This record gives sequence, structure tokens and C-alpha cells, in this order.
Amino acid sequence: MVDFFEAFRTAVRLILDLDADLVEIVLLSLRVSLTALVPAVLIGMPLGAFVAIRAFPLRRVVVVFMSALMALPPVVVGLAVYVVLSRAGPLGNLGLLFTPTAMVIAQAILIAPIIASLTRQTVADLWEEYEEQLRSLGASRLGAIPTLLWEGRYRLVTTTLAGLGRAIAEVGAVIIVGGNIAHATRVMTTAIALETSKGDLVLAMGLGLVLIALSLFINAVAFWIQDLAQRVEA
Amino acid sequence: MRWLWVVLSLWLCVAGSGEARAAEDRFITLVSTTSTDNSGLLDHLLPRFRAASGIQVRSVVVGTGQALRIARNGDADVLLVHDRASEEKFVADGFGTERFDVMYNEFILLGPKSDPAGIRGLTDAAAALAKLAGVEAVFVSRGDDSGTHKAELRLWKAASIDPVEDSGRWYRETGSGMGATLNTAAALDGYALSDRATWLTFRNPGDLTILVEGDARLRNPYGVIAVSATRHPHVKLADAQRFVAWLTGPAGQAAIAAFRLEGQVLFHPNAARPD
Repeated sequence: MVDFFEAFRTAVRLILDLDADLVEIVLLSLRVSLTALVPAVLIGMPLGAFVAIRAFPLRRVVVVFMSALMALPPVVVGLAVYVVLSRAGPLGNLGLLFTPTAMVIAQAILIAPIIASLTRQTVADLWEEYEEQLRSLGASRLGAIPTLLWEGRYRLVTTTLAGLGRAIAEVGAVIIVGGNIAHATRVMTTAIALETSKGDLVLAMGLGLVLIALSLFINAVAFWIQDLAQRVEA
Repeated sequence: MRWLWVVLSLWLCVAGSGEARAAEDRFITLVSTTSTDNSGLLDHLLPRFRAASGIQVRSVVVGTGQALRIARNGDADVLLVHDRASEEKFVADGFGTERFDVMYNEFILLGPKSDPAGIRGLTDAAAALAKLAGVEAVFVSRGDDSGTHKAELRLWKAASIDPVEDSGRWYRETGSGMGATLNTAAALDGYALSDRATWLTFRNPGDLTILVEGDARLRNPYGVIAVSATRHPHVKLADAQRFVAWLTGPAGQAAIAAFRLEGQVLFHPNAARPD
């Protein structure tokens, strides 16, 4: 069975040697997930803020729907994107299936609801707190959105990271739409799935530890930025 | 909201640039099976083809059934799979140009070293399966419509047994790849049918060992097919045909014969046109 010590040594060796394949895989993971984060944030945050402060019919239904979408099963998203991007599908002529772009699209769909939902919560709290103040300054509800997003920026950094964490750790969607092609669409999670299927559990665990270390690193940097920003302000 | 569109379109430019760069590389998409990839055969062959032709081959690795469906949708340029009947149907339906023999390898029947069903050394694979069913020994099946799965079902048929009736009891269908199925068989101390290449490269064998081999019905032939451009005009037919010609020609066949793992020849070239 898997010797955890052996797995740990493999992980450390992979990192210290800057194994060329590993570096390529990690960079692609980052590129895909960070790229997916951009549209997810640009759509999710304004949408979440809008739903938070603007009253409209069926708003409760939309809120419930948004929360439910947070738990979108990755394989289902993968399948849907696959069907749409396949040559036999509606967007087939773009030829995007089995490319990193297809993986970006799938991940963006997965994480946009997470970002929208968490943003809605943040902005709703802030709106409750600052409503009178903002109104006295003559701000309209929609006009208050940028201010509220700015006020909530630290919590929104965490929101963004939650999205990034979900994207980078996800395997079900990217293995379907990316195809796990070596040197083209192989990312950390699909590489782990592959090594497990080869029975190379030590290498799979090693890659897993690298993935965990990477998440820790990203979160530590974000925490540090947040900490620094708060101290500068104080 | 205008800034949103500006940022989004900027992002699309950046995101798209990677793709544009990738598109400059001349490549074809191959769908193939776990046995050819996990064994390292593709890593052995594809760089050689690239050196000879300048064409990069990107391989998507799935079971034969799924590979054929991917190609049917026009999402690949060339197929390297192992289920003759469905390959011929694929060509007959107009999705493929022509099927060529490439090579064969062998299936083997694996089981725990203790071999509770007592099939070790049998030379008749169907008789061995009948014996397993007789004592209801745990058998772990791919259950995923792959070439190996179909070969296994043919053997059950030859033994006049329908194991699917007992699915969930002693007959376990994993619905996943060869490696995952071997992981399961090792964990359950069960029996399983595998191709020799995947078995030799498998790193978590547990207590599994080869019990039955050498039956002529255990031969596993691979075919290569360029996807037809009639149905899917975007398919890179010329480059795909170049790959087919190379693989079935002297250079490709020699490269297959030269591929060894732990000193063993795993794939035997058998293209009909070594010209």
C-alpha cells in the first residue's frame, strides 16, 4: 500500500528538482484556473451585489437558485460544456474541445455562482450597515454598488480565493473537456487521476501533496496581502 | 458597465493568445486506449513520428467505446483502438476512411496468488471463466464498453454464461479504466481480465498474479483509422493519413517492435503492408 513517508519524499523531490513536467503541469493549472477566475469575478461580483441590494420580483427564488448553483457537480458542468463544444455541438466550429480554453470555460461556470453567492452575502451585510449613510450622501441603490464592493474588498479577496480553490482542485470537469493530453491539457488533478489509474500511488500522492502545498502558498500570500493592507490603513 | 466589457474583451485577447500560439503548432488529435498510453508505447512512438513528419500528435486516452464516440462527433483526427467489430462498423457507417492492422498484444487473466477458484495454468480462457462463475469467485470487470470489456464479454459468451445477471454480487463492474479496475481487483482479491501492457506497468499489483494466458482468443488486435473528412470537413485528414501510413509502414512497425518493457516485447507489429 501507499507509504506516506515515501509519498512525502516523492513530493519533496518533485518540488526540489523542479521537474520539467511538473513545472509545466503546475503552470498550466495556474494559468487555467486564474484565467477562469477573471470572468467569474467580473460577472459574479456585480451580479451578487445587484441581487443583494436591488429588489425585484422573484428575488428570493434567484437567491436560492444562486446558492444551489454553488454546489454544481463538476462532471455535469464538464459534460454540458463537452456537448456544447464538441464538433457535433452548437459551438463545435470553434474547435475548442480538448484545449485549455475549454477547461477555462468549464471552471468559470463552476465558480461564478460561488463568487456571486458569497458576494451577495457580503454586500447585503454591508448594505444593512451603511444604507442610511449612503442614502444621505444621495447615492442610488445601484450607484452604491462600487462603494459597497470596495468596502467589502477584504472579504471579497477571500471570496475570490474560495473560487480559485474550487477551480484548481476540481477534476471532474477538466478531465472531460480537456482530455488530459500530455503537454497540452494535463493539469495537477488530471495528472493525479492518471497516476492513480496506473497504480503509481506514491507519485499520485506526491502530486497531491504538491497541489496542497500550492493552495497553502496561495492562501498564505493572500492572507499576507490582506494583513499588510489592513495595517497600512490603520 | 462599459468597463466590464472592456476588461472582458481584454481578457479574451489574453486567454485567446495562448490558443493562437498553440494553433501555430501543426498537430493532430489521436484518441487511443489506456493500454497504449499507460505502457509508455505512445511516448515511445509519437516523438519518433514528430521527428519524421514535423506533426505533433496530441493523445486523448479513453476506452475504445468512448474513443469511437469522440471520433464519431468529429473531435479527433485519428483512432488507435482495439475492438475490431466496432472499428469495422465505424468505417462502414462512413465515419472512418479505412481500418488498418497495426499490432496486437495479449490479454491475461489475473487473480489472487491463492487462486481460490483453481484456474491457474488453464489454457482455455472460457473454461477458466466458467470455473470462476461456478464458485462465484469475485470477478472485477471494466464494465465501460472498452475494447477489453468487449473482449471479456465475448469470452463469457464463449463460456455460455451471462455474468451481468450477477452484477453487484460476485461480478463487479467498475465502469472505469484498466488501472482503476486493477486497483479494485487487488483490493477485493478478485479476478480480472487485463491486457499485458497495462499489467506490466501497473505499480500497485497487491496479491494479483497471472493465472491464465496463451489462449488464441486472448489475442488483442489494434487497428488504426483516419477519421473521414466527408462527415467532418474540419478533420486534418492529410496529416492523419500520414500518421496512419507511418505507423503501418516500416518505420512505425520497427518502432513498435523495438518497444520493450522490462525486457519483454509487449506489442507485436502486424500491419499488412510493410512497404
